[in-house]
Amino acid sequence: MNSMSAHEKKNLIKGLLFCSPWLIGLMVFMVYPMMAALYYSMCDYSVLLPPVFIGFDNYTDLIQDGVFWQSLGNTVYFALFSVIFSLIMSLALALLLNCQVRGLAWYRTCFFLPTLMPVVAGSILWMWMYSGDGGIINTMLGYIGIDNPPAWLADKHFAKPALILMSVWGAGHAMVIFLAGLQDVPKSIQEAAIIDGANAWQRLIHVTIPMISPVIYFNLIMGLIGGLQVFTQAFIMTGAEGAPERSLLFYVLRLFNLGFNDLRMGYACAMAVILFIIILSLTLFMNKLSKKLVTYDR
Amino acid sequence: MQKLCAIIAVMIGLALLVSCSESSQDASVRKIVYWEKWTGFEGEAMDRVVEAFNKRERTKAEADPSYKPIEVKKVTTSRISEKLLVAIAGGNPPDVAGFYSAILSSYVDKGALEDLTPFLSEADIDQSNYVKPFWDMCQYHGKTWALPTTPATVALHWNKRLFREAGLDPQTAPKTIEEMDAFAEKMTKWEVTLANGQTEIRTGFCEDIEDGKKNLIQVGFLPAEPGWWNHAWGFHFGGTLMEGHDTVTANHPNNIKAYEWVASYSKKLGVRNIQRFRSGFGNFSSPQNPFMSGQVAMEIQGVWMYNFVEKYSPGMQWGAAPFPHPAGTDLANCSLVEADLIIIPKDSKHPKEAFEFIKYVNSQEGMELLCAGQKKFSPLAKVSDQFWAEHPHPYIKLFRSLAMSPNAYSLPKSGVWDEYKREMSVAYDKIQNLSATPKEALDEVQSRMEASVARNLKMLKRRGLNE
Repeated sequence: MNSMSAHEKKNLIKGLLFCSPWLIGLMVFMVYPMMAALYYSMCDYSVLLPPVFIGFDNYTDLIQDGVFWQSLGNTVYFALFSVIFSLIMSLALALLLNCQVRGLAWYRTCFFLPTLMPVVAGSILWMWMYSGDGGIINTMLGYIGIDNPPAWLADKHFAKPALILMSVWGAGHAMVIFLAGLQDVPKSIQEAAIIDGANAWQRLIHVTIPMISPVIYFNLIMGLIGGLQVFTQAFIMTGAEGAPERSLLFYVLRLFNLGFNDLRMGYACAMAVILFIIILSLTLFMNKLSKKLVTYDR
Repeated sequence: MQKLCAIIAVMIGLALLVSCSESSQDASVRKIVYWEKWTGFEGEAMDRVVEAFNKRERTKAEADPSYKPIEVKKVTTSRISEKLLVAIAGGNPPDVAGFYSAILSSYVDKGALEDLTPFLSEADIDQSNYVKPFWDMCQYHGKTWALPTTPATVALHWNKRLFREAGLDPQTAPKTIEEMDAFAEKMTKWEVTLANGQTEIRTGFCEDIEDGKKNLIQVGFLPAEPGWWNHAWGFHFGGTLMEGHDTVTANHPNNIKAYEWVASYSKKLGVRNIQRFRSGFGNFSSPQNPFMSGQVAMEIQGVWMYNFVEKYSPGMQWGAAPFPHPAGTDLANCSLVEADLIIIPKDSKHPKEAFEFIKYVNSQEGMELLCAGQKKFSPLAKVSDQFWAEHPHPYIKLFRSLAMSPNAYSLPKSGVWDEYKREMSVAYDKIQNLSATPKEALDEVQSRMEASVARNLKMLKRRGLNE
């Protein structure tokens, strides 16, 4: 067992010491809180009083809580559509910006700029744009003859689509990653396809997309994880209960309300654990799926 | 290596020196930390009270050198309830803090506050010192957990110019809900697009004109404005939200009546028209506030509205009167009574000194200094003639009399009130958007809140806190 020489041991200790700031950080700020949340999820815990162990009561209560399912439904709806639209949008933008046109750098900057906007500022900006009375969007709709447009954020049927549209606006981040991926597609393969007589569409479907599939996969996973954790926009734009009629009550917003307004931290921790399991299993599932669809070899 | 050791030694030495000098300063005064949420002129009013208290302490110490004066340090704290929660949980709370009446019971249920009862009997403070509702809201499970700071009641505020324009007597407010609805119709205005493409202003509810051809530009009254008491309309119709601490009465027949009245405005004006009209409103604290800008002619507002009108719309002609009651009922002078409170958090390091300060704030001198500064009325039973004489608010006596009205109501005392309020806001949304009938929406609140109350009771029992 003890095959390490004195020198190797010394090196190991030094190595551990050098990475100890990170190790300690990981333990204190990640591992401990996660383990604590797991434990508190099985407790009645109000933060102010010591936790009392209650087994799986929080989880059984959650399953019976209609608002929990509603918030989960809202979140899945938002994550799914915002990810799909953002991916399509950012891929399309990246493809366009991958062409050699004049002022390319300028265009790239323009499309990337919205992602630099802090979410809070962006949300307030979009609130003005969505304003039912005098907002720019409804004014435009008026010009094209829509007399009775919705008050977007006040109407439960339009509130979620409004937020999805807003998330597509921030597609610049994924776009940059796509662009990097596109630059990596070997010219030689494209040329070979041209010689074989493939048109632009065929090259896109059979060459470009398979070649950037790892990038699509990465953007998809990151987009879904971000989408499932959506909080700030809804919190800023609608207030605590995800008005109108809870149509913007997203999972993390509900979790926040339970933890910090109602002081039901145990229950909120149970929600956090469930979200963790959902995201983890989604990622594992897509990892499996990606084995078939994603090509890493060149 | 030697250098490193030397540097560390010097730093330790410095740290010791600093801590010594701090403790030597502390020896002569008893410092306490006070968190308060107010900013602006409201914060300044409290600053003056703190200064008066500190001055009195210094004078005491000058007269008696053995007396160690208390020194209050006020720290303005936003989102105070959440920060207090974290501070109390972390075992390092301020010594004394400003608080809201609405969250008192929830914090008491969680064991977060110091019981003031023993201090009160020693200081000879009891119910007789206060206008009753303000004393009552500090009580929970037979103990006193807080004392009031500044009180508030609500009343109908109306825009006299819009009354005059509509041919109404600007000096006379509506007495009954029915009268108010009739007034509201006279002050509701639309911009109507005619067949020839031109627009014209029409008055009334204009239910005969189809949506899309008309745009709301002014309303007489909207139940959703300002929207801070959407959960409380039931009280104005004789309903309640809770009986005692644990019986939920969300679907009380009178609550249903109240929300049917709320829904009647959505039916008359059109859901989408209201949504669009409201989404164009400016911020509350701005000249674009819908009441000050003349978009809403009448609304329910608190005693503080005077301050905002003075600041943002100084020349505005407005009046305040008790909010109307349903005709044929004895519900006149119905008003919500609320107050900001002052508390000692659990594990406060200087509870005795903290209470000395609370006692001063609740003395006639301290309270009148505070309430005059914030332009509110005093929650104390005794008020000096000078306070009334110098008070700038033209309707201040009305607001105080509303607190003494038999129809004054306070919000329920329950550990789950915050959740209840949110459930009510969701129900209100549904009722206002006509996506559920008042009965359906309130029945849902009833069943959800019954479950929550039961869960809370179970929690209290588990912890042996249920008395």
